[in-house]
Amino acid sequence: MNGFSLKRFLTVLRKEWIQVRRDPITLRMIIALPVMQLFLFGFAINADPKNLPAGLLSVDHSKYERTLVAALQNTGYFDIRPLVSEAEAERALADGELLFVVNIPPNFDRSVDRGEKPTILIDADATDPSTIGNAAAALAALTTALDRDLPQGVQSKPANLPFQFELHARYNPERLTVLNIVPGLILMVLTMSTLFVTTLSITRETERGTMENLLAMPVRPIEVMLAKVVPYIAIGYVQVILIVVIAAAVFGLPIRGSIPLLAVALGLFIASNLVLGITFSTVARNQMQATQMAQFMLLPSFLLSGFMFPFKGMPVWAQWIGELLPMTHALRIVRGVLLKGNGLAEIAAELWPIAAFTLVVAVIATWSYRETLE
Amino acid sequence: MTAGEICGFLGANGSGKTTTIRMLCGLIKPDGGGGTCLGLDIVRDAPRIRPQIGYMTQRFSFYEDLTVAENLDFVAGVYELDNPREAVRAIIDRMGLVDRTNQLAGELSGGWKQRLALAACVLHKPKLLLLDEPTAGVDAKARREFWDLIHDMAVDGLTVLVSTHYMDEAARCGRIVYLSDGKIVVQGSPDEVARGSGLVTYEATGADLDLAARKLRKMPGVEAAAVFGSALHAAGMDRTALEQAIKSLEGGGALVWHEVAPELEDVFIHLLSKPVEQQASQPVKDAA
Repeated sequence: MNGFSLKRFLTVLRKEWIQVRRDPITLRMIIALPVMQLFLFGFAINADPKNLPAGLLSVDHSKYERTLVAALQNTGYFDIRPLVSEAEAERALADGELLFVVNIPPNFDRSVDRGEKPTILIDADATDPSTIGNAAAALAALTTALDRDLPQGVQSKPANLPFQFELHARYNPERLTVLNIVPGLILMVLTMSTLFVTTLSITRETERGTMENLLAMPVRPIEVMLAKVVPYIAIGYVQVILIVVIAAAVFGLPIRGSIPLLAVALGLFIASNLVLGITFSTVARNQMQATQMAQFMLLPSFLLSGFMFPFKGMPVWAQWIGELLPMTHALRIVRGVLLKGNGLAEIAAELWPIAAFTLVVAVIATWSYRETLE
Repeated sequence: MTAGEICGFLGANGSGKTTTIRMLCGLIKPDGGGGTCLGLDIVRDAPRIRPQIGYMTQRFSFYEDLTVAENLDFVAGVYELDNPREAVRAIIDRMGLVDRTNQLAGELSGGWKQRLALAACVLHKPKLLLLDEPTAGVDAKARREFWDLIHDMAVDGLTVLVSTHYMDEAARCGRIVYLSDGKIVVQGSPDEVARGSGLVTYEATGADLDLAARKLRKMPGVEAAAVFGSALHAAGMDRTALEQAIKSLEGGGALVWHEVAPELEDVFIHLLSKPVEQQASQPVKDAA
């Protein structure tokens, strides 16, 4: 009676599976959501935006100006249209219609020819710095744009540098944003279908009063918990396979490392979510509270793990919080295995923090489960 | 309690009925003291008690997104019955659920849900059945049938502990126990409880009963005055005071009064309206 009973476990598992199947909306969402998100984010999100709307404010419309505008267009970052007045420029920037305004000073050609080094002011909408970052960087490369038009004496002399830089964009030479998104998306979707669903599924039993019934029967808590999480582990892996296959086929995601290794590492990440879900569900009194607790975990995982913003760009204290989150380490593992072809040796350092997190939370879960239900 | 007995558990809301039943199941641990259930200690032996009892909660607590048969299969599996299929078939027959086997539990009406819950609670043939207000919100016919089933099972030796607020249900119990603030105030057969209360009840028939009831309620010596159909009941502990009150009323109307045996309902309303300290001093202890 006291030990683990396979028969009872399978009975609860069967019941859970029927319930999952009976809820067609959830089931469809579980499959459709990751696919939709992958297509949506894969095609929509671009960390290196091109063809940004820019306006040109000038009085002369001279020869050099035309060359300069053509050079700006050619960088691919600017989509330039002429403006008539400063007032229009101000309004367009304020409206968000334009992100840049290029101000060519009067008598531009003459000033250049005289070697006066006139200043071209570029107003940029910096409310979202990441939008304008790459475009602004492209301006630096335009210093030699006028060389062909200029008389010999005023041409810029290429600096004779004693060394050269060459940037080699490893692992993602085309710098495709989607390759950065896929690993994060895998983990987000896994969090949704393990942390959220476990928390909700247990809280639902409490809320509907079926937990009281379950506890009056000779079924062990461990059997109930395991049976509750197993279907969602299976669903989680199906989602991962779906995302990876579509990302590889549609977006050219390279799979450089070992898939079994990735599966094992993700298993650990899933375990960390499940124990957390069980802990939340022992505290939450209803599904509303359960959702809020899960959100409480999701947001920092989103923002501090390095998925949305560069991890190394955060202050040290924030990096410390990030290091505590399983998502941070899982993200490095998934990026490492998929994009870099990392093996066990490289990812071991990221595995143990997740294992430690899981262990600590598991202890809390066991402890609080006894307190509240037994 | 003896085997095959049906024991009714009564008391005001919050008097400890549900708590007592939960303790018997081992769902909660008593803060102090202890108890035995089926000869087993309720604190130490909870896992051994569970397979021998059936507990029907106040709220329907089976799975609404599972069919009747799936719910019963689930219960059979959890109790690890030797022949689950046969057990489920037999209980479906006995409870008259044959036509609803494949219906989702959530789509059943209150009465059928109750019946499903009862089926699930006795599927594993428990020795003791604990029912926590099993018929709340169920219509009269379904309640009658439900009690017929309980009596039927008691004949086969099942012991039943049932909490209720309905007097007609209390009257169908072999023994009733009245709880207040977690303590037993009165217990015995319904007749014994009614007679042992010391309550004097008069019944009147005639016209303008509602008006008479309103006047009576304000008079000293009248603890309760209520109209039941075509009769007015007035009850009180002090015979002379009650008779005095009735006499003083008689100028008002042509009511015909005669003394009747106190109804269970009168007794419980009397118990419910008394403060706790007074109840504790009542010397009523005549269990059979």
